[in-house]
Amino acid sequence: MPDLTTIDRDVRQFLADNFILDNSGADLGADESLTQAGVLDSMGVLELIMFVEERFGVSIPDEDTLPENLDSVARIVAYIGRRLAQGA
Amino acid sequence: MAEAFGPHVLRVADPEAAITAITEGMRREVRAFRRRGGVLGLSGGIDSTVVAALAARAFGPGNVLGVLMPEADSSEDTLRLSRLAASSAGIETAMEEITPILDAVGCYRRRDEAFKRVIPEYGPGWKAKIVLPSVVESESFRLFSVVALAPDGRTLKERLPLEDYLQVVAATNFKQRTRKMLEYYHADRLNYCVLGTPNRLEYDQGFFVKNGDGAADVKPIAHLYKSQVYQLAEALGVPEEIRSRPPTTDTYSMPQSQEEFYFSLPYDKMDLCLYAVDHGVGADAVAASLGLTAEQVDRVFKDIAGKRRVSAYLHAAPRLAVEGPAGA
Repeated sequence: MPDLTTIDRDVRQFLADNFILDNSGADLGADESLTQAGVLDSMGVLELIMFVEERFGVSIPDEDTLPENLDSVARIVAYIGRRLAQGA
Repeated sequence: MAEAFGPHVLRVADPEAAITAITEGMRREVRAFRRRGGVLGLSGGIDSTVVAALAARAFGPGNVLGVLMPEADSSEDTLRLSRLAASSAGIETAMEEITPILDAVGCYRRRDEAFKRVIPEYGPGWKAKIVLPSVVESESFRLFSVVALAPDGRTLKERLPLEDYLQVVAATNFKQRTRKMLEYYHADRLNYCVLGTPNRLEYDQGFFVKNGDGAADVKPIAHLYKSQVYQLAEALGVPEEIRSRPPTTDTYSMPQSQEEFYFSLPYDKMDLCLYAVDHGVGADAVAASLGLTAEQVDRVFKDIAGKRRVSAYLHAAPRLAVEGPAGA
């Protein structure tokens, strides 16, 4: 099971590769809202869900598609960590 | 004391003056293109009916053509109400049944392939549409689901993964693009302009298909909130049956409201939220008027901002990668 540091690195890399054209994403604040910052739109959220499900084997049910789970790097990492710990 | 925020802010003070301003503008723009009339697609909805009536006043009914373009998934009312729109405006129509064209390009097959990946049982005899969750009732991200109605009456609902969502939208966009292609055929044949029918809500929020219903030479009502389109409809004598028809996308085989597919709220409330965003009216004042909480209105405001970001691409004209004359 990947640790939180690895999850954080992979999530940032995914965001950098797919949504942030001009830098590596390393300077993205952990708590910065990805939707407010214009990084993610609804299509981007679908891409993020697909990435999380494929990369970490975590299936995200409809009721979990909330900003509190997916709208910042810190929230995404915490959500994945929580679900992996639950044996998702 | 100042009147509280409410629907009165969208009242058209003098509909006849507004109609005159629009029709003069239509004549000016069409003349500038050196064309001599207008073509538009008729859907039986309020927007195209109002544009037809405006065009008949602007150019004379003999210089306007309404194109009827039903297809396999069109509602039963579409054709009848489209004809009613044409007869009330006194304009000629051309009938273009587009199902064979859509069949030939694989519109239905490609769409159904995607539906079937999500709902393996889906097949002949089924009906379907795609829907969004309510912004007002939930904080969740607005992700599309497919709702499918089985021949035995069962209803199934599944979230659409990215690839399937994109394929469904790409396939159904054939409908709007095919219609626009035919409108331009008639416009070129007659030396007319193509008249677009989006209202302000649709135009601002990107509720159109790029190079489909988003394409036109002149857009006579794109500055009007939908509530204002209804006010002009009354002044123009648009039949009551068309004015009272609930707005629909008329794109999928199951009936689909515009709120299910795109907007956060019914059009009259969306109009007020859009007005509020553009005029700096706070969520508290809007909430009091709409019977919502300030938190719900704030979510609608965010949805409006998000749609504006997404629709920038839809509005964008082709760009040059390098400025300057070719070969420079």
